[in-house]
Amino acid sequence: MAASETIGAAARERATDYLAKRHRFRLAEALPWLIAIAVFFIFPTRLTFGSQVLVMVMFALSLDLILGYAGIVTLGHAAFFGVGAYTVGLAAARLDWTEPISGLFAAAIAAGLVGFVTGWFLLRYRGLTLLMLTLATAILLQETGNLRSDISGGYDGLPGLTFKPLLGIFDYDLYGHTYYLYVLAVLAVVFYLIRRIVYSPFGQALTGIRENVRRMHAIGSPVHRRLVTVYTIAAAIAGVAGALFTQTNAYVTLTVFDFDNSAKVMVMLILGGTGRLYGAFVGAAVYMVLEDYFSKLSPTFWQFGIGLMLVLAVLFAPRGILGLFERVGSYLAERKRS
Amino acid sequence: MGLVPQFANIAVSILFDGLAYAMFLFITSVGLSVTMGLMGFVNLAHGAFAMAGGYVVVTLTRSYGIGFVPSLVIAAIVIGAVSVVFERFLYRRLYKSTDLEQVLLTIGLAFMAIATATYIYGPIPKSVPLPDWLQGDVNLGFRYFPSYRAFLIVLGTVLIAVLWYAFERTNIGAKIRAAVDNRRMAESVGINVDRLFTLTFAVGSGLAALGGGLAIQLLGLSPSFAVLYLVLFLIVVAVGGLGSLKGTLLAALVLGIFDTGGKYLLADAGGFFVYAVTVVVLLIKPAGFYGRE
Amino acid sequence: MTAALQVEKLNRAFGALPVTRDVDLTLERGARRALIGPNGAGKTTLVNLITGVLKPHSGRVLLNGEDITASSQAARARRGLARTFQINQLFRGLTVLENLCMTVGERDGHCDNLWRSAGSKREVIDEAIGYLDSLRLTDDALKLVRELPYGRQRLVEIAIALAQKPRVLLLDEPAAGVPSSESHLILDVVAALDPDIAVLIIEHDMDVVFRFAKEITVLVQGAVFTQGTPDEIMNNEQVRAVYLGQEGHRGGHHG
Repeated sequence: MAASETIGAAARERATDYLAKRHRFRLAEALPWLIAIAVFFIFPTRLTFGSQVLVMVMFALSLDLILGYAGIVTLGHAAFFGVGAYTVGLAAARLDWTEPISGLFAAAIAAGLVGFVTGWFLLRYRGLTLLMLTLATAILLQETGNLRSDISGGYDGLPGLTFKPLLGIFDYDLYGHTYYLYVLAVLAVVFYLIRRIVYSPFGQALTGIRENVRRMHAIGSPVHRRLVTVYTIAAAIAGVAGALFTQTNAYVTLTVFDFDNSAKVMVMLILGGTGRLYGAFVGAAVYMVLEDYFSKLSPTFWQFGIGLMLVLAVLFAPRGILGLFERVGSYLAERKRS
Repeated sequence: MGLVPQFANIAVSILFDGLAYAMFLFITSVGLSVTMGLMGFVNLAHGAFAMAGGYVVVTLTRSYGIGFVPSLVIAAIVIGAVSVVFERFLYRRLYKSTDLEQVLLTIGLAFMAIATATYIYGPIPKSVPLPDWLQGDVNLGFRYFPSYRAFLIVLGTVLIAVLWYAFERTNIGAKIRAAVDNRRMAESVGINVDRLFTLTFAVGSGLAALGGGLAIQLLGLSPSFAVLYLVLFLIVVAVGGLGSLKGTLLAALVLGIFDTGGKYLLADAGGFFVYAVTVVVLLIKPAGFYGRE
Repeated sequence: MTAALQVEKLNRAFGALPVTRDVDLTLERGARRALIGPNGAGKTTLVNLITGVLKPHSGRVLLNGEDITASSQAARARRGLARTFQINQLFRGLTVLENLCMTVGERDGHCDNLWRSAGSKREVIDEAIGYLDSLRLTDDALKLVRELPYGRQRLVEIAIALAQKPRVLLLDEPAAGVPSSESHLILDVVAALDPDIAVLIIEHDMDVVFRFAKEITVLVQGAVFTQGTPDEIMNNEQVRAVYLGQEGHRGGHHG
């Protein structure tokens, strides 16, 4: 009897320990940030591109919240990116409001609001219905912008935007040094927020909704409320990414709402691996670097390559690059054990 | 011309062109609706099949001098046959996968198809030589109408009749309807749903190819056709309801006429309507006009 | 005294086919009632109506005297109504412990919290492990649910229902699909349930029914055929006929 009690007690300890410590930062998590900082020193002439990669990482992170954690598949995430991008663009072009950091907040609020309203209506649906509704919403926003192209600049967009120096001191320089660090800093803050959400009880509930929504209803979870909450947050973050996009490009057009954009960010996330936060980093970086290299070589070849990558990923690596790493890791662990 | 006759004239034009457009939408989308309703398989490469059909017609008519209408038939058969290969060797492995994985795989295939088409044919839209009787206008008594569109409407009506007959009056049609309604029950009654699916998939892809061929003159054919119009096909399918012939037809008509009308009256901004209609319909009837919950 | 669960004249049809007809059912506190009936009698449908998965066409459902007929499934669960499903509905990609922590977290409203880490709620984890202990699942705490044998998964299903601290518990064929070598695990748990909870169990196995139930409701073609104590039911000629009739026409009904 005593022996089985100790075994039981040991299992309890291990289980409690695992859950209690899961949210702690691990050493390996510093890696992407170290790489990002290293890039600043190693590739000083490619920092504008670097900023774009970081913006996409943020965009992909926001999608991971709804796709990877809550398990909701949508085709219109670019809508929120676009709202954020245009909030900053219109404020700068039409209202002469060019302070960058307040612009980020405005973008977050605007995009979050759109996310809240659309989410409240649309998240009652799933499957093809939701795919079509989210797709149509993004296109409708785009068409609305097109309707008043006198305000939005239409597909030609709002070029030549200028922004005030950051915090009144740091000005945008030709090589994008300041802006790279600016985007990296915002990404770090946003990432910290997302990471807290993911490891919180709320984040746990999201995975529950993903794994078995029927069960969630049966245990009394207010599923719709949870989904609208995460959708709003994800929309706000996508909006911040869009705002940074406009600020770093000094230019925004209606193409930010394109279905292409929604598809691109989904491909990045899948490539890296969903539901893992760092999948967004890996996927966005790999995709953008490959795209930059190959589409210069031949856009047709790049498109073929992306298609092939998708097919191979679904057939052989459905959990993305990180998933592959995990499989290799557990395979090695098995070998070590035997 | 007075105001009322002018209005009537525009209305007739919108209806006629809208009807032709709707026929195109129906022909191309019906296969997607039935296969999604039958197997729950999200095939986003459907647009690529349509595009491929169009390019086959281009090659046949321009490089081999085959007539337009025969080329349409050949393209439908060829693409239908090719689609079976895809179904057997690739799609079959994903029937039990998540929607997302099916979406990603088929989108990947679509991208590969677009890239291949760009490589072979280049990105500029192609045209096809049409026989004389399809060019110009035809006199329908009270007005002249473009012959090509009239042809589209007639062809569409014939195909609808044929499909309706096949669906409602034949044995196979009954089996398909049963399997769409309740696959497990159908299987337990002895229906070979797998083989049924291959057949419907082939016919659906063949029809898509036909639609692609027809689209050359109506909308222009370039490699990006595969993704551009895919959105429209998906909307028609979602609004009509998966697996329903009636639904696809109704959705094609509503969306086709609204889109045409919108573009007539509001030019560029008219693209609005299709999406607005979609949102309204899906919010009220999430499974589409004739979909099952 | 108010009954824990009261079902009044519940009616529901699928199209032209009535599946629940004028059903009345009462569960007192601490009840141990079995719901039996031939295949296709509408037992699971009735449970779905009680839990809110389906809405009735007429009739009422009262939980501790409160009318919950218009309430959502989740609202009913929050008021103390728990159920297990005939086929496990678990969070298969998560560990057993996470399955339980999720349940406790949702029950106490912890899952509204976006900021504190889930691990910081020691009391949640301790309580979850408590349920695992009582069902002898502690060793499996960190295993993914989908890696467990079906019998142990079924135990997790019950653990989740218990973790909701329900006042009314509906068990839909708890031992279904469990290999006979493991079914005693389930039955022991069912036998040891808190005497304060009102329990309704759908079951086909008559041994289980007679071992566990203090009262039995027989459902036939969506309507209550008869109710009574196990002795009364066992000696009821008509009940035998209904079941024997079912035996004689095997293959003519679907579940």
